Amino acid sequence: MRAVVLPRLGTVAAWRKEARELAQHGVPAETVTWRVGDGEADLFAAPPAPLDGPTREIRLPREAVSGLQTALCHSDPERFARGYAVLLALSEGRLRWGDRADPAMRKTLEQEKSVRRDIHKMHAFVRFRELPPQEGRRAFGAWFEPEHHIVEAGTPFFAKRFGDMDWVIATPELTAHFIDGALSFTETEAESRPPEDATEALWRTYYTNIFNPARLMVKAMQSEMPKKYWKNLPEADLIPGLIRGAQGRAAEMQARMPTEPPKRREAVARMLPQPEQAAAGSLEELHQQAEACTRCPLHGPATQVVFGEGPPDAALMIVGEQPGDREDLVGRPFVGPAGQLFDEEAEKAGLDRRQVYVTNAVKHFKFAPRGKRRIHSKPDAGEVTACRWWLDLERERVKPKLIVAMGATACLSITGSGANLLKRRGQFETAPDGTPVFVTVHPSYILRLPEEAKAAERQRFCDDLKTALASLA
Amino acid sequence: MKRDLSQKLAILSDAAKYDASCASSGGQRRDSRDGKGLGSSGGTGICHAYAPDGRCISLLKILMTNFCIYDCAYCINRVSSQVERARFSVDEVVSLTVEFYRRNYIEGLFLSSGIIRSPDDTMADMVRIAKTLRERENFRGYIHLKTIPDAAPELIEQAGLYADRLSINVELPTEAGMTQLAPEKSARGIRKAMADVRVQREASREVTHTGKRKAKFAPAGQSTQMIVGADGADDAAILGNASNLYGNYGLSRVYYSAFSPIPDASKMLPLIRPPLLREHRLYQADWLLRFYGFEVGEIAGDGMLDLEVDPKTAWALQHRESFPVDVNRAGREMLLRVPGFGAKTVSRILDARRHGAVRYEHLVTMGAVMKHAKAFISTPGWSPRGLTDDAALRSRFVKPPEQLSLF
Repeated sequence: MRAVVLPRLGTVAAWRKEARELAQHGVPAETVTWRVGDGEADLFAAPPAPLDGPTREIRLPREAVSGLQTALCHSDPERFARGYAVLLALSEGRLRWGDRADPAMRKTLEQEKSVRRDIHKMHAFVRFRELPPQEGRRAFGAWFEPEHHIVEAGTPFFAKRFGDMDWVIATPELTAHFIDGALSFTETEAESRPPEDATEALWRTYYTNIFNPARLMVKAMQSEMPKKYWKNLPEADLIPGLIRGAQGRAAEMQARMPTEPPKRREAVARMLPQPEQAAAGSLEELHQQAEACTRCPLHGPATQVVFGEGPPDAALMIVGEQPGDREDLVGRPFVGPAGQLFDEEAEKAGLDRRQVYVTNAVKHFKFAPRGKRRIHSKPDAGEVTACRWWLDLERERVKPKLIVAMGATACLSITGSGANLLKRRGQFETAPDGTPVFVTVHPSYILRLPEEAKAAERQRFCDDLKTALASLA
Repeated sequence: MKRDLSQKLAILSDAAKYDASCASSGGQRRDSRDGKGLGSSGGTGICHAYAPDGRCISLLKILMTNFCIYDCAYCINRVSSQVERARFSVDEVVSLTVEFYRRNYIEGLFLSSGIIRSPDDTMADMVRIAKTLRERENFRGYIHLKTIPDAAPELIEQAGLYADRLSINVELPTEAGMTQLAPEKSARGIRKAMADVRVQREASREVTHTGKRKAKFAPAGQSTQMIVGADGADDAAILGNASNLYGNYGLSRVYYSAFSPIPDASKMLPLIRPPLLREHRLYQADWLLRFYGFEVGEIAGDGMLDLEVDPKTAWALQHRESFPVDVNRAGREMLLRVPGFGAKTVSRILDARRHGAVRYEHLVTMGAVMKHAKAFISTPGWSPRGLTDDAALRSRFVKPPEQLSLF
């Protein structure tokens, strides 16, 4: 038998060093005993024979190394022997890290989890109290009783978090000191709880008042904040009182008669800003009315109505299909990818977007949710008909000399038919009310074409815009 | 009468407790190892305490003031309520946050406010608090700001630069409920504000042509809260709205808050014990939508979720033709639909399958809840036989009816 005695400080690092050396020499797990403490070897252990003979390389996956190191912080005295057996099995390929069918591995993983939880609870439940300051930096101290040996693994977190103050966290075994930015550990000599601190009263006030007595759920609290941690929590002694009073407080709230509103209410109501009313007959007025539109179900999932924009006396009106994802978020027509393409081609064609009225046949974004994305779907005839109400009103106010209908939906809305678009494109038609309508494709059609066909089609679209512009002159 | 800090804290934390959100996870990784500041954030959130209502206390959740010019029927701070009013100064909030943080009571600040004077004035004061914390106190912990609907976009922009998370509560799942119970707020205004936050978040992620990164905007995202049980909306409407919000604005979380009686309540509301079980089922359904590939229509088909069994089991009981699932052959999508299998268990199964057949006893060690799963799976060493189609299967998941005591 070979006995390994590990130090109280730096236990895990020492285990790692010893275990690596033993494993390199292929020392079987059952011939090694492990414990933490000072000197005093095992009564029956032979004096350790020097390791010699051929060595082999030990390689473990990274997650196995970190997992083992965490599991070794557990309070179980068997953990070192089990860890070494697991290490040997892993390095010889007899075991896969994470294979829960193996009892030793399962136990190691369970202990790893339990240590992680204990570290997490340490991060949550350490409560500092302020100590007299030393040379500028504020100083704080805490007493904490963890379940496992986690002081060395758990305190670097506090060094990162409380970098600008000095602190001490004492536990029954080890004490962590953070002085002037340096973290060090010593063995604890005696239990020392720092004296009470004035801010604690405020914290207790907060704890009392943030609790909602109408939702009492004591079990849910205790599963996350087990009683074993209570004795070092300044708020814990409030809990029984809060629980006892909860039902009464909730019943009282329900029984109380509704009161009359205080006088200030009317004064405040007079102060409330009233929404501005746009001038009657203006496009802004139409826009405001359209915001409340529920003529078709599309208003439900969409963010907002995307109304047309441009000068109210524009000679040219451009009508697209419907707002897209981007337009729906921003609230303006033609600002998404298709809008950018339109802007680029319009500029080439000599068309100033500020001089034209740009709008859509349908004013709300129709889409199908696909995970976190919204996929555009084509508005149906019913929705187009419902929204024609607004397009007709826009046409009535703007009275354009020419309408450019981009895509089948726009054609459907304006001319009554959306069929045979590609045959009709580049031609002038007449709307039922006599306004000339020029038909072209929608810019999003160009975006969907294969790369090699795009350039030619963009050129055609630009030429279409030029034709439309020329007819106005 | 002048109130001291403790009295103000009592009033303004009491007023803030109806906000369910307490997350402090995600966002930008920061720490103060350099010794020049205070705090760290990023990674998993930490709950520093639990109140006896089972809710975690992670952030200092307070209102800047509980004076409010709005009259939302469900809210304790509405203008027509008789509650005591108070207001914190900027320095009071800053010092409370820092002193609590230094004692490791909290992860950061969750600041909300009643609306005073105007939405812009209120938002400007809140931004000033966040700015002081970040710039004067070098605070690197977590800040969650509740944005005020209708506040100016410039203020929201600044808020996003100082805060980790922004949120606006949609409060009521339907527009009709909103008009009835919160007359001054508008569902459309709230959605627009969420859209603005999403647009700004996306813009802040773009890299300029010189390769420079823009300042992070609300790195932990935005969230919202819906009150359950104050108006007549059913679960399908609530979940439909939630899934729409996740898709439209990339929300990190939607919180559901069972309407609980408040002191000095309005006559318009049901003053009953809050529907906590319904709230719990909604959270379960929310998880199914986000992590298990379910659609709203599948789990809340006829309006309300089943209160007796969880939504996944309810779905499985109604779709027995898809079961039993062969654990060693089924794809991830189908395994995720097995009751008793969580996302972690499914990953472990898929991982273990590459090294050999997964047997019944392996599933137990992988964390599967076999009491729920066994009727719906087949694996070497286990076949449910008639159990899957057993007419009495449902009764295995439902609490047995209790005989009332005579004495």
